[in-house]
Amino acid sequence: MIQLEGVTKRYLTKKALNGISLQIEPGHIVGLIGSNGSGKSTTLKLISGLLQPTKGTVLIDGEMANRRICRKIAYLSELDAYYSFFTVKQTVDFYEQTFSDFNREKAEEMLDFMKLDRTQNVKHLSKGNRGRLKIVVTLAREVPFILMDEPLSGLDPMVRSSIIKGLISFIDLEKQTVILTTHELQEIEPLLDEVILIKNGEILDQKSVEDIRSNENLSLVDWMVEKYDQ
Amino acid sequence: MAELFNPSVPIYLQLCERIKNKIIRGEIGMGERLPSVRDLAIDSGVNPNTVQRTYRELEETGIVEKKRGQGTFVTEDPAILHQMREELKASHITLFVSEMREMGYSETEMLDGLKLYLDRGHV
Repeated sequence: MIQLEGVTKRYLTKKALNGISLQIEPGHIVGLIGSNGSGKSTTLKLISGLLQPTKGTVLIDGEMANRRICRKIAYLSELDAYYSFFTVKQTVDFYEQTFSDFNREKAEEMLDFMKLDRTQNVKHLSKGNRGRLKIVVTLAREVPFILMDEPLSGLDPMVRSSIIKGLISFIDLEKQTVILTTHELQEIEPLLDEVILIKNGEILDQKSVEDIRSNENLSLVDWMVEKYDQ
Repeated sequence: MAELFNPSVPIYLQLCERIKNKIIRGEIGMGERLPSVRDLAIDSGVNPNTVQRTYRELEETGIVEKKRGQGTFVTEDPAILHQMREELKASHITLFVSEMREMGYSETEMLDGLKLYLDRGHV
């Protein structure tokens, strides 16, 4: 379980998160949604231990989130973070050597699924294929928590669809929990169990997606717009 | 690409409807095995937890049965399938009649229109 308790994060004078508290139960796919600059990425980085809170606590299965928490968490950055002179295969080799929980077999299966050419240089890959490769190396790790910052942004519909299918195929919700940020709400909606809505560094609401549909008869996009306008 | 979902109805209910329709049309036969949770999730692009909820829902109405370690199967009880067929008919007729009434058509107009359509294939 992930628990944030009264978490504030300040970057110099700018407050990115303002005393937020939330809980994420295991076995779910959770969407962190909100406008640009609302605090989504900061929240993910705090959970993955890449940032430390200015105030408050972040607990992962009862353990404080720091740099060592990466044993339990796979984090997909919104930036491209690999060596451009590596080939696809070398990138996978690198991840395999870096993380002891890396499942090579799963990675190979996903490379086939994503139709990636193992011999190609990373710097020669299209943006879409770089996006797919990022997904492969993140999901091949057998960790209880997978965090993904904007896995779909800036990619064409075919790539987005292959990433969504890859997520469903290669995540084991009996052992794993996924938290992702996105603006592609319509596409991601059928994939989510729950959403957390953030605005100006505060949590507006946390709800089950099916409840939003059945109790309020709203799609995720309409619900978000309505909440933001209030 | 997977079929789209109506944005304001819970997805698990829409999946239930799709499966029921397939059973009624005979695309999935009595006693036949439904796809695994994971396969249906991948096929329709939805969360596996949602598919699980769909199967639970269908199980509660008796339309499908879960067999330990083997999967989920369509019931072989014709009474349940007959009842499902009747329910579906009733709900479509109710919808048709209520919408026609709302637009101000009389019963005779509805009946005549239906008869004409069934006889000639168009109104």
